[in-house]
Amino acid sequence: MLLVDITFWGLSVVAIGAALGVVLVRDLFRAALLLVVVFLAVAGFFVLLSAQFLAVVQVLIYAGAIAILLVFAVMLTKDVPHGNLPNRLQVPAAMVAALLLAVLVAVAAATQWQPVPLAQQEQVAVVQTGSAGLANLLVSDYALAFEAVSVLLLGAAIGALALLRGRPEQAP
Amino acid sequence: MTLQAMLIVAAILFCIGLYGALARRNVIAVFMSIEIMFNSVNLTLVALGRYVAPHALAADIESALTGQVFAVFIIAVAAAEVALGLGIVFALYRNTESVDLTEAAQMRR
Repeated sequence: MLLVDITFWGLSVVAIGAALGVVLVRDLFRAALLLVVVFLAVAGFFVLLSAQFLAVVQVLIYAGAIAILLVFAVMLTKDVPHGNLPNRLQVPAAMVAALLLAVLVAVAAATQWQPVPLAQQEQVAVVQTGSAGLANLLVSDYALAFEAVSVLLLGAAIGALALLRGRPEQAP
Repeated sequence: MTLQAMLIVAAILFCIGLYGALARRNVIAVFMSIEIMFNSVNLTLVALGRYVAPHALAADIESALTGQVFAVFIIAVAAAEVALGLGIVFALYRNTESVDLTEAAQMRR
């Protein structure tokens, strides 16, 4: 139990520190690398929450694909070393974020959560750790949503290609 | 590690992302902030699925996986969002030679 707690607090510090770095660092490239740290810390949280499959997906898709795409985007645009400037909304944005944080923390602390009964904890952990249950659900109860997401991904890929296709050359 | 601590960490991450999305100039920085927000929402869903008993748990143990299923779908939608969003960023950059949101009031030339 102690090990879990130490890991949890360590991951929390790393995740929050790296997230602050992402939004505050001037150098956009460093921000992208710190974002990878945030993704990996969240994958660690998933392992702690007995969601091993999600942790692997998180590393593959976020720390792999999305981070690489973002790094590409950073490198293909200019002004990278000083690119991450704040705009004029800094103070109102900080106030809105702080207000929302206060509300969320108050709700999380004040709600009487009804945890899973201890007798079922083990059972729940077993179901959540294995990926078989998740696979079953994705092709039975959530099959329609699964297909919809497939179509969405296809549409997004085609849409991105259409957006980036060069304009047809105009006749001289 | 308790449910409350997990929820509060996720809330802090969400608010950091919200601040970044509102207060940055660079489109790509705004994107990164939105990704942080996506991640914190996933964390919240998985934590609630781990610790809070769904009503149907006694009848159907698989309902303990609902939170994870939602997180899987959110990750897929986030991947689609990044692909399309970066496409729009590049189109914007090609038209205006800039990724500054304060200058990008219009997307046509």
